[in-house]
Amino acid sequence: MSKNTSKPSSNPAAAQFSRPLRLSVSQDLRGLLAKNIGHGILFSITFVSVLAVMAIFYFVVQESVPFIFKGGFRDSLSRVTEFLTSTAWYPQKEENPEYGALAIIVGSLYVTFCSLIIAVPIGVLAAVFLSDIAPFSVRQYCKPIIEILAAIPSVAYGVFAVMVVAPWMQKTLGFSTGTNAINASLILSVMALPTIISVAEDALSAIGREIREASYGLGATRAETMIKVVIPAAHSGIIAAVILGMMRAIGETMVVWMASGNSSRIPSPWWDLSQSVRTMTATIAGELGEVPKDTDHYYVLFAIGLLLLIFTFGLNMTSEFFMTRFKKKSRGL
Amino acid sequence: MKTIKIVALLAVVLTATHALAAEQLQIDGSTTVGPIGDAFAEAFKDKASITVSKTGSGDGAAALLEGRCDIAMMSRFMKDAEFKAAVEKGIMPVAHAIAMDGVCTVVHPSNPVSALTSEQIRDIYMCKITNWKEVGGADMPIVVISRDTSSGTYETFEGLVMNKEKMGDCVEYVNSNPQMHARVKSTIGAIGYVGLGFLDRNVKALKVNDVIPTRSTIAKGIYPVSRPLFLFTNGYPKLGSMIFQFCTFHLTEEGQEIIEDKGFVAVTAY
Repeated sequence: MSKNTSKPSSNPAAAQFSRPLRLSVSQDLRGLLAKNIGHGILFSITFVSVLAVMAIFYFVVQESVPFIFKGGFRDSLSRVTEFLTSTAWYPQKEENPEYGALAIIVGSLYVTFCSLIIAVPIGVLAAVFLSDIAPFSVRQYCKPIIEILAAIPSVAYGVFAVMVVAPWMQKTLGFSTGTNAINASLILSVMALPTIISVAEDALSAIGREIREASYGLGATRAETMIKVVIPAAHSGIIAAVILGMMRAIGETMVVWMASGNSSRIPSPWWDLSQSVRTMTATIAGELGEVPKDTDHYYVLFAIGLLLLIFTFGLNMTSEFFMTRFKKKSRGL
Repeated sequence: MKTIKIVALLAVVLTATHALAAEQLQIDGSTTVGPIGDAFAEAFKDKASITVSKTGSGDGAAALLEGRCDIAMMSRFMKDAEFKAAVEKGIMPVAHAIAMDGVCTVVHPSNPVSALTSEQIRDIYMCKITNWKEVGGADMPIVVISRDTSSGTYETFEGLVMNKEKMGDCVEYVNSNPQMHARVKSTIGAIGYVGLGFLDRNVKALKVNDVIPTRSTIAKGIYPVSRPLFLFTNGYPKLGSMIFQFCTFHLTEEGQEIIEDKGFVAVTAY
């Protein structure tokens, strides 16, 4: 039964349609074209972001290849081994520049791990408090305030570290230098906290009431429920939160440039964190501005950038893996 | 339609003002002289459109040789090879010394040490001397602070004090004069170096080889850690041309005020 719009008053339902229900061929084709062009435009806009990421990778790899693959295979291998195992970083020497980045890589790892040691317990416990124990009004105020910590520019943290934390460390704790690994770790842990707390808290909230109620139903106390049931159930999400915090800490530049002292050496008793260290990000930031283009120094800085990119990319993939595992598990339950 | 007209009008006005600043000047070179170059260009902005590019002294010399720039800023004299290559290409480099750069070694005001020789400073920066008592001070470890390697102040210090030796690995790096000043001010065992313009009551300048760093000792070149800053042109610039005015600006009162403002010492030793 075909409806005829020339008589809209005859059928009240048909009056809502602004076009005839049976399209002519040209109208149909126009509609198809409009839909496809619309989809194409939106796709290309989205693809620009993907393109940006691919372009960054391509650019960094392209600029670091001349350092890695210079000379024959044996030469390249020895350069890469020197890069990864020697602590002598003297790229500006005129006769025999040395590109040993081990001290710099170790510095980055020291600062990241120490900041995680401080931030992970505080962050996970805060997330547990916010999701399980805090009354709703406390949670409502605390969450935005914690998000503000993430919005403070890193230069502000760096200035705070140099002007306030460093002299305090020198006066009260008696360190000979206030810009050291522990200073940078403290500030980095404060910067990684909001990420860890947000993601862990989301993971804990997503567990759902059934798990908790089942545990209470079996007679567990609140503490037992939290420690033995909720946290293990959310462990993939918590691991993802920790890895995201680690990514924030390892990629941070301004704070470590100002607060870590930048001396390119591995602390001499390895546990002495009150000595100054240098990170990969600070090396790139400090030296790339001045280095003449297309010299070995320029390429080796990009090689450090490539290393950093590989680290963060690997961490990102791991965190994605854990997040999908968590989502599958929480849906399955 | 109205917005299109407004945009078109703006475009015409902007291009017109750009075309009015007829003369173009390209200045390349040292990052140490860069701030002076920027400030001079700012003072000349009504008469010429000047582009200052800070890529390093070596790059400035190369640009002058290739004809890519009109004036090269250099914090050192041209090396023999650069000079020879320039003459072979038919470019006669003429140096104009526009300012003196003095680097003062500073310590915390409570430090009893007030004079060091440049050999002692070199050993401190090579991490051979690690405690203040070895140079006559208290029994405190020395916190050695340096500017990062991309800085002109570092170049001066390295060239004149380190004598091309590598700095040791106990040296901490900061990235600006104010930050160096802040670190030495707050760290009792620190030693560092800043440009002359950053000396004040919060840090104590050391005598190097018994010469105290002041404007007159630096301008006369008596203080060991001082060097002239140059502008190089191709031949002596034609009198009255924009290049000539730029290269003699340091002799005017306004130019000298700019130079002192940037922390350097004017070449007139008054």
